[in-house]
Amino acid sequence: MQMLEGRLGWLLLFSVGLLFPLATGNDYHLTVMTTAYIYAIAAIGLNLITGYTGQFNLAHAGFMAIGAYTVGILTVDHQVPFWIAFALAGPVTAAFGIPLGWVSLRLKGHYFSIFTLCVGYILFLVIEKWEGLTHGTVGLIGIPAPSPMGPMTFDSPLSLYYLVFAFLCVGIWVMRRIVNSLLGRTFMAIRNGDELAEALGIRLARDKLLAFLISVLYAGWAGALYAGFIRFLGPGLADTHHTFDMTMYMLVGGLGTLLGPLFGSLIVSWITQYMQPLQEYRFVVFGPILILLVIFVPNGIVGSYLARQARKSSLTASRAVAGNSKSNEKREASDAQD
Amino acid sequence: MLKIEHLTKQFGGNCAINDVSTTIERGKINAIIGPNGAGKTTFFNLISGMHRPTSGTLTFNGRDITTLRPDEIARLGISRTFQATTLFDMATVLDNLIVGHRLRTRSGLWDVLVGSSRLIEEERICREKARWALEFVGLSHVEDRVAGDITQEQRKRVAFALALTTEPALVLLDEPAGGVNPEETWGLADLIRKMAKSGLTVCLIEHKMDMIMSLSDKIMVLSYGEKIAEGTPSQVRANPAVIDAYLGAEHADIQ
Repeated sequence: MQMLEGRLGWLLLFSVGLLFPLATGNDYHLTVMTTAYIYAIAAIGLNLITGYTGQFNLAHAGFMAIGAYTVGILTVDHQVPFWIAFALAGPVTAAFGIPLGWVSLRLKGHYFSIFTLCVGYILFLVIEKWEGLTHGTVGLIGIPAPSPMGPMTFDSPLSLYYLVFAFLCVGIWVMRRIVNSLLGRTFMAIRNGDELAEALGIRLARDKLLAFLISVLYAGWAGALYAGFIRFLGPGLADTHHTFDMTMYMLVGGLGTLLGPLFGSLIVSWITQYMQPLQEYRFVVFGPILILLVIFVPNGIVGSYLARQARKSSLTASRAVAGNSKSNEKREASDAQD
Repeated sequence: MLKIEHLTKQFGGNCAINDVSTTIERGKINAIIGPNGAGKTTFFNLISGMHRPTSGTLTFNGRDITTLRPDEIARLGISRTFQATTLFDMATVLDNLIVGHRLRTRSGLWDVLVGSSRLIEEERICREKARWALEFVGLSHVEDRVAGDITQEQRKRVAFALALTTEPALVLLDEPAGGVNPEETWGLADLIRKMAKSGLTVCLIEHKMDMIMSLSDKIMVLSYGEKIAEGTPSQVRANPAVIDAYLGAEHADIQ
């Protein structure tokens, strides 16, 4: 089991993602998977501010929409090449995220959540009502597919799958770097308690804003991918229920774990697909499942697994000490753990 | 080392600390005692920057720190513990301590993204510092255990260790022996002596009289936000105002 947490585990996951299209060969499955990856990227970002830093942000879908609309408006109304618009999606989202985050993060706990819920809803309203810029409820139609990069073209579901998969890998890689570093420890210290973190010399305002900013960048670029993949945008993308969907992905997979949002996003997306025939009634099924999950598996799937592993190695450590022999392998194993 | 002059803190109409002046003396164990609600924790919150005083000044090593933020004060070398330490229970004890030295490091997001040598070096230093602090408080044997599994007394020691990782000159301990049994209290008192002997200045709030009396070089007594006495343990013990406000009331409860 320990090997699954090391390099081999990553290689395994990567190969599964790489080989998935061979296993299905079905465009519908590819589309479901690609959409799930896009939401996973956004959820991985959300997890940084909510899961690792402990600030429950409910404006995330709004920022995803800002990224998506940046690409949509620039490519459709201003004929900007796709990749330039895509590159700009991050900075534009950040330009909104920094002031909004700065104001919201002055609040703590539930007040922050309620405030960001309102921020998200205002972003939705602005997108819906500002017809001159966003085309309002009509939405943006005819967004070009990502333009070819050298010999690679992105006009088939298969090529788009690999494009999004590549971004997902980059997103996870970057996030892994962050959360395993001193910076990640700083964020987690803030989650453990504002007061203690501050007493340890952590600059709360700055570091919270940094987590918020990185989180929002993930949302922005996930939105930009969404625009290039779905090629139609409506204000619905900014709707609060998307934020709650992403929150659900985090909860199912495990809040504050690296792979939790990805697994959550994949699992929930596929369950949703299979419950398609139930239409609106599927929420009658989803609601209770979520409640049971929060009660009985509060750490999520990945979280519960990691908690069990931590406890196990903790027990081995105490036994090793009792036997007066310190096993260095154990320590290395826990160092490598994510 | 830390000079406190005419310190006053009002919450609305309620005066929590009223015109308190004292000095925390270098290399000594300074204690603050007083009945519940006397304003001891508020006093700590003022010194550590968590609350801003209504009036008065704080001078640390000749520098005015009255209006600084808690993280700035921590960086200058004042570290504090809390009555309850919030640890990340799922992570190991060592993991919980590594962040303590973060304030002495400079790596930012860019170092993280490119995996700079500065980051690697600083992470090594933080880890070493955490190990050193654990060793100092006598908990090296639990470094690999998850924080949720350790005892209350070990938690107290981890809180000390966390304060030590910041490389402080002055350590503020808020009820360091609260909620631990008598034998463990003596162990913690020894640890506090060891901290002072290593060159640290200690200031603590405590309710356990026998511990305070045997440990402290200097005691300040607060009652209703005002300083009513100050001096060596024997001076304080003999002070009628103190017996009246604090010891008398408590002894009356027991006997």
